[in-house]
Amino acid sequence: MAYTVTTRTRASSIAGIIALALIAFGLVLPAFASRSLIQDLFFILTMLTLAQLWNLIAGFGGMVSVGQQAFVGIGAYAMFAGVILMGWDPVPAILLGGLAAFLLAIPMAFFAFRLTGAYFAIGTWVIAEVTRLLIAQWKTLGGGTGTSLPREATSDIMGVGAIASLFDLRDAAARDVLAYWLALALAVGTMAAIYALLRSRTGLALAAVRDNDNAARSVGVDAARVKWLVFLSAATMTGLVGALIYVQTARISPDAAFSVTNWTAYVIFIAVIGGIGRLEGPIIGVLVFWGLQTAFADYGSWYLLALGLLAIATMLFAPRGLWGLIADRWGIALFPVQRRLIFEGA
Amino acid sequence: MIWIDVLVQGILLGGLYALFAAGLSLVFGIMRLVNLAHGDLIVFAAFAILLITGSTGLHPFLAALLAAPLMFAAGWALQRFVLNRVMGKDILPPLLITFGLSVALQNGMLEIFSADSQRLAAGPLESASIDLGPVTVGTMPLLTFASAVLVIFALNRIFYTTALGRAFRAVSDDPTTASLMGINPKSVFAIATGLAMVIVTIAALYLGMRSNFDPSIGPARLIYAFEAVIIGGLGSLWGTLLGGAIIGVAQTIGAQLNPEWQILAGHLAFLAVLLIRPRGLFPRAVD
Amino acid sequence: MLLSVQGLTAQYGQFKALFGIDLHVAAGECVAIIGANGAGKTTLMRSITGVLRNAPEMIRHNEDPIGALPADLILQRGIAMVPEGRKLFPSLTVEENLRIGGQVRRGTGRWSLDEIYSLFPILKDRRHSPGTALSGGQQQMVAIGRALMSNPELLLCDEISLGLAPVVIRDIYAALPAIRASGAAVVIVEQDIARALSVADRVYCLMEGRVTLQAPAKDLTREAIHAAYFGATA
Ligand SMILES: Nc1ncnc2c1ncn2[C@@H]1O[C@H](COP(=O)(O)OP(=O)(O)O)[C@@H](O)[C@H]1O
Ligand SMILES: [Mg+2]
Repeated sequence: MAYTVTTRTRASSIAGIIALALIAFGLVLPAFASRSLIQDLFFILTMLTLAQLWNLIAGFGGMVSVGQQAFVGIGAYAMFAGVILMGWDPVPAILLGGLAAFLLAIPMAFFAFRLTGAYFAIGTWVIAEVTRLLIAQWKTLGGGTGTSLPREATSDIMGVGAIASLFDLRDAAARDVLAYWLALALAVGTMAAIYALLRSRTGLALAAVRDNDNAARSVGVDAARVKWLVFLSAATMTGLVGALIYVQTARISPDAAFSVTNWTAYVIFIAVIGGIGRLEGPIIGVLVFWGLQTAFADYGSWYLLALGLLAIATMLFAPRGLWGLIADRWGIALFPVQRRLIFEGA
Repeated sequence: MIWIDVLVQGILLGGLYALFAAGLSLVFGIMRLVNLAHGDLIVFAAFAILLITGSTGLHPFLAALLAAPLMFAAGWALQRFVLNRVMGKDILPPLLITFGLSVALQNGMLEIFSADSQRLAAGPLESASIDLGPVTVGTMPLLTFASAVLVIFALNRIFYTTALGRAFRAVSDDPTTASLMGINPKSVFAIATGLAMVIVTIAALYLGMRSNFDPSIGPARLIYAFEAVIIGGLGSLWGTLLGGAIIGVAQTIGAQLNPEWQILAGHLAFLAVLLIRPRGLFPRAVD
Repeated sequence: MLLSVQGLTAQYGQFKALFGIDLHVAAGECVAIIGANGAGKTTLMRSITGVLRNAPEMIRHNEDPIGALPADLILQRGIAMVPEGRKLFPSLTVEENLRIGGQVRRGTGRWSLDEIYSLFPILKDRRHSPGTALSGGQQQMVAIGRALMSNPELLLCDEISLGLAPVVIRDIYAALPAIRASGAAVVIVEQDIARALSVADRVYCLMEGRVTLQAPAKDLTREAIHAAYFGATA
């Protein structure tokens, strides 16, 4: 019988078209959206990207990192260093953030991969702490109290002037638009890359690595290589996002840039609530998270307490998250990565 | 002379870290679970002791005696009603649940107890010291270290001479076959977590009497505990004590050089051991 | 009836391993279950002992439905198993392996540490060695002793001769009369047909998840077994 292997579903073809339309819409949105909507979208897009990246290494790769704040922090600090110490424009300095995160990920992986199973998680956390403590010793960047981007650097970021005159905005609002566009590019690029990766041979290998290291090795998957590849790529992207977030924030301190709550707990909650191990999960998760954040963030620690409990409840009663519930009920997959056999003529 | 003092203080500090670590090691040894809320549970126990001393006027030692069974019950219930539902081959669900618990506990305590620093008042014991010739050591650090030795000795006795310890080891080896022996692995897990919480209470007692604590310090205690366990080698309780001592000594040396380096020096010692002996100093033969 | 299995099905995920097994064991009886590799014998044992859960009525013990009980409660009812591959606890010594088998004991039955040591004297010399440091045959003795320590009224033995030399197998089977004399019913899962026939009162043959033959051991012919074991002869 003739057959083909496909990952495509009818819903996925429609989703692809909708996704393209959404991206196009997102690009032109600043022409008529309010500044606060642009700022909200910046937050949503950056958190979404961070959640997708965590989901890639933990959900798809089985490497449960609670040290993602290391990459956000080092990325942000590298960008600051580029601007303050080398006089770079903040936007190209974002690339330094990616580079720094990549360089940090090498020793991090080297140490953390020595720890098995659950201890991997704390291992990543320790390295994030070490990085935070080391950065806090960096006096030229403000040491433990932190510093701000100099006004000269933020006042003429490349492209801001053009955006300002294009949309007839003030500089501050134009900066938001630029940051938003960059966040959109990172989010789309990250998701497209993860989608492509998961559908490639490497993606198959990654699934084998997560499900069983030994079995993966016995069928000829070089587990170590796949893990390194995925971990380093995710770290690099996380560093870029971190740098971008702090271009927008313009003020940094070790405690904020290496915050386990902001850059790992939130990110994990987004992935858990939306659904781990699926591309759709963080998308739903970040929307829910944003809604909760908008409605309840003023309640401070009560809010965080509730988020923690919500994550626990999700793991207990809907371990595949909201998207898992949706997929079970309607059997749809917008970004399918499972392979299915299609029998021709059947 | 100063360095002998630094060394001794460091080793004694290691006793505290070994107390942090023993419960973590116990739980990991039996069910391969890392409780990311372990540090927050220590802080939680410290607040429990504080509440008891506050409402009854008891000395912290006696208050801890009352808190211990409560903490056992809390640990037992956590395992029985929450973690047992997700125990299995996939480590992700239990790990993320304890992570959620860590965040929830920290913020819950913040709401209830505020961010203010607290301390367990131990009376004259706090400043008492003993002159040991070349060095003078505080009675409290000495007591902490002695308690750590005692806890680890007792845990070893439980593990190797009691029916419960036999069940711990059997379930750790192979839960399915253990169930064929009439043992319910999930009950054993619940007892183990309860026992770990008793040790957590002891750790909390000394944490609270020796230094200030507030709701945010849990994760750092988790990290020290974890480092002690890994340095010692998984499954080796005496190794955990040594691991604690190594971190303690590294920290006091670091602090001696520059107070800002104390914590960092401990982490670096851990990374150095991980680099040279990835399986720790006393790895367990069978795993 | 001590044990009766009715319409038992079992599956691993999508894969069906048992398709409606009917089987019974009377008190004190010795029943052999034979069948080729992959026939479903171990799956049947795992279902009876509660490692795999089933609908309650599919398995009855003294007429009580026990199909859905977990393994620890099954043992407490007096059904013990010597699992395939022995499965000793590596962190426990020989003696601790035996003791853990007797941790949940029923009544004041015959079996005690001393009784096990007199059944398998070699174990007494090795009592403080880790269980897994022993030879295969000795490990099998520990596994049998461990199961007996709970004083079962039904002992299930899953391929106790697997991977052992013939003389060792003979030694192990030599313990069977003493076990039966204690009053326990025994189920022997075997691929060694001659061995199974020589000790059993009745025989079941399994093929691809179904019972293809059941008969008193003395009535069986080579041809009947061959047909049941490998499918209809061509
Ligand atoms: N854990 C398992 N997962 C999936 N399939 C299994 C598992 N165990 C056994 N099987 C399958 O079930 C069938 C019966 O296996 P088993 O009961 O072990 O047979 P036997 O003990 O007679 O050799 C075989 O086809 C085997 O491949
Ligand atoms: Mg079998």
